[in-house]
Amino acid sequence: MSQDIIEAPLGATAERQAVVRATGGAPDKDWVIVTRGIKREYDMGGEIVRALRGVDLAIQRNEYVAIMGPSGSGKSTLMNVIGCLDTPNDGEYWLNGTRVSSMSEDELARVRNKEIGFVFQTFNLLPRATALHNVELPLVYAGVSGVERKRRAREALERVQLGSRVDHRPNELSGGQRQRVAIARALVNNPSILLADEPTGNLDSTTSEEIMRVFESLASEGQTVIMVTHEPDIAAHARRVVVLRDGLVASDERQSAFMEQLRRGGV
Amino acid sequence: MSFIEAIRLALQQIWVQKLKSFFTLLGVMIGVTFLIAVVSIVGGMSKYMSEQLVGKVIAINSFELRRTPKINFHGDEETQRELRRRPEVRIEDIAPVVAALSPGTRWAAYAANGFNVESRYVNKPKPASFFGVTDQYFEIKRMEPAKGRLFAPQEYVNAGNVIVIGDEIATYYFPSVDPIGRELIIKGAPYTVVGVMEKQGSAFGRSFDQFVMAPMNSPLGRLKTPHGALNSIMVQTPSRDGMIAEMQAVREVMRTRRHLRPSQKDNFELETSESALEFWNKIKSYLVVAGVALPAIGLVVGAIVIMNIMLVAVAERTREIGIRKSLGARRRDIMSQFLVESATLSTVGAALGVATGFAFAKLISMVSPLPAAVELWSVFLGVGIGAGVGVIAGVYPASQASRLDPITALRAE
Ligand SMILES: Nc1ncnc2c1ncn2[C@@H]1O[C@H](COP(=O)(O)OP(=O)(O)OP(=O)(O)O)[C@@H](O)[C@H]1O
Ligand SMILES: [Mg+2]
Repeated sequence: MSQDIIEAPLGATAERQAVVRATGGAPDKDWVIVTRGIKREYDMGGEIVRALRGVDLAIQRNEYVAIMGPSGSGKSTLMNVIGCLDTPNDGEYWLNGTRVSSMSEDELARVRNKEIGFVFQTFNLLPRATALHNVELPLVYAGVSGVERKRRAREALERVQLGSRVDHRPNELSGGQRQRVAIARALVNNPSILLADEPTGNLDSTTSEEIMRVFESLASEGQTVIMVTHEPDIAAHARRVVVLRDGLVASDERQSAFMEQLRRGGV
Repeated sequence: MSFIEAIRLALQQIWVQKLKSFFTLLGVMIGVTFLIAVVSIVGGMSKYMSEQLVGKVIAINSFELRRTPKINFHGDEETQRELRRRPEVRIEDIAPVVAALSPGTRWAAYAANGFNVESRYVNKPKPASFFGVTDQYFEIKRMEPAKGRLFAPQEYVNAGNVIVIGDEIATYYFPSVDPIGRELIIKGAPYTVVGVMEKQGSAFGRSFDQFVMAPMNSPLGRLKTPHGALNSIMVQTPSRDGMIAEMQAVREVMRTRRHLRPSQKDNFELETSESALEFWNKIKSYLVVAGVALPAIGLVVGAIVIMNIMLVAVAERTREIGIRKSLGARRRDIMSQFLVESATLSTVGAALGVATGFAFAKLISMVSPLPAAVELWSVFLGVGIGAGVGVIAGVYPASQASRLDPITALRAE
């Protein structure tokens, strides 16, 4: 395990220190996410698929991080672990200084509700509910009363320029609009991190740009964003790029260095 | 998630799949329909029995000394033979029976039979029940004249040719004239109508308004009891407790008069409204058992159907469950969502069942002499049972749903 930490290529010494320090106790509050040796394996009828083989990652508040890597490298698995949707087989995970690994199911539900906003490639909206109701859902589970809920949901939809589409159902909206509803839903409870797994994967390039501008502006407002993407030009929006390969962090670079590497054709 | 929210969601779900929901509800609906219909009819009959039929026939806090019971549903031959062998209650019994009563106790004797009445005003004679009564009869039966008056004391003593008549007799013979002071001819002799009694109503198609009453000593009264046989000596006490004591006193007098040994059973009847209701209570208990068993089958079938539908719903909506969990729904949120949905589904079915049950009961009471009474508590019972069945049927599917792993559920298609 300790070998993993040393070998794990952390981009900056600060990140490495955060991970190493976390061994003893809770990391600094400034670190929204700290993972140490995260492993996720699937037993496919005798054959073990190792999706994550010991991921160390530390992400600070207000960072805008892109996660890249080839298909099957474990990006989605990592996002699901970070989003508390999936439980790792091994390793530790601190969210805002709290150890997630030891949380009960109800506490995990609370974290998903309050701390995490998840944007999926396939939108994952309730098909029969209106945009407004979809955005209201996290507030429903947070126990926010009806009037307050509607107000905040409307506000979130306005933030993604969908104030005029509140009563539309998903099938009455374009792909880009659906993804914006999903973003509004992810944001409505003011999460500490916004996770997006290939949010533009189902969209054409024009719409993708539009969605990226939404993330861009959220990040510039100080929202912590972690986004999985295949497209280098989309990753170019992010200020830090983590590359996964075979379930391990292959590189973790600040954008300036990464851009250079890109120019040299290194990724 | 709030309860109202959950119900709203459930109703929405039901509305989206109207037809499927309807079939799901059918079992519960039929069960509750039966329940309500049976409860309404049994309740209606009970009320009718105690208030209308028995109450009319036997006055409150009173008993009647009779040869055989007035309301007789004993089927077996043995009992019938025993009843036929009994001696008549006779005019001569009045004095000793009355002597045994405490002061302040009312009593009245009457003899009744059917005759034809003739009249100057209407040619076709109409059959009527004739009653020769003693003076406290009307008080005990709480019968008041609607027109005219009751018999005066001396008319009981002097045996005047006076009668009071029932509402139906009055309207039949005197459709356009005031019957008071006019005559009816019975067995060739004229009688003057002094009063028309208030309408008494009917029970099981039998009218209580086809009577002609005269003082017992009148020629008509004597005509009625050629051999001195009486239908009944009625005794009414101020309270229910007093009635038991008076009954005991009358029983002893009669047993002595008839020289009954202690081993022998009474060969006369002391009938109260409760004893008349006994047979009905027996029938009622069978009806209630049937009224519970039949709906229970419907409800069990309904519960199984709802459980299946809910299991299908959980399978179909796995992705929805995944989405909800990813947004922070706890196990108990998902559990209550499906439980409420199942309970709402079932309660809607029960509510429809209540409505159809009442309609059914109403229909039965319209096409048959069975009366129906809509009881408010049966509405609550029906709806409550509906909700209960829904919750029971929903527990397993709902717990299956709540146990789903978020990421597995999200991947479902
Ligand atoms: N539920 C599962 N059961 C079995 N194996 C799985 C499961 N989920 C993921 N895997 C495997 O884990 C590995 C990582 O999958 P993951 O979805 O994280 O990759 P990814 O980087 O997101 O790929 P892509 O870019 O194609 O989305 C893959 O080999 C995949 O086959
Ligand atoms: Mg993926």
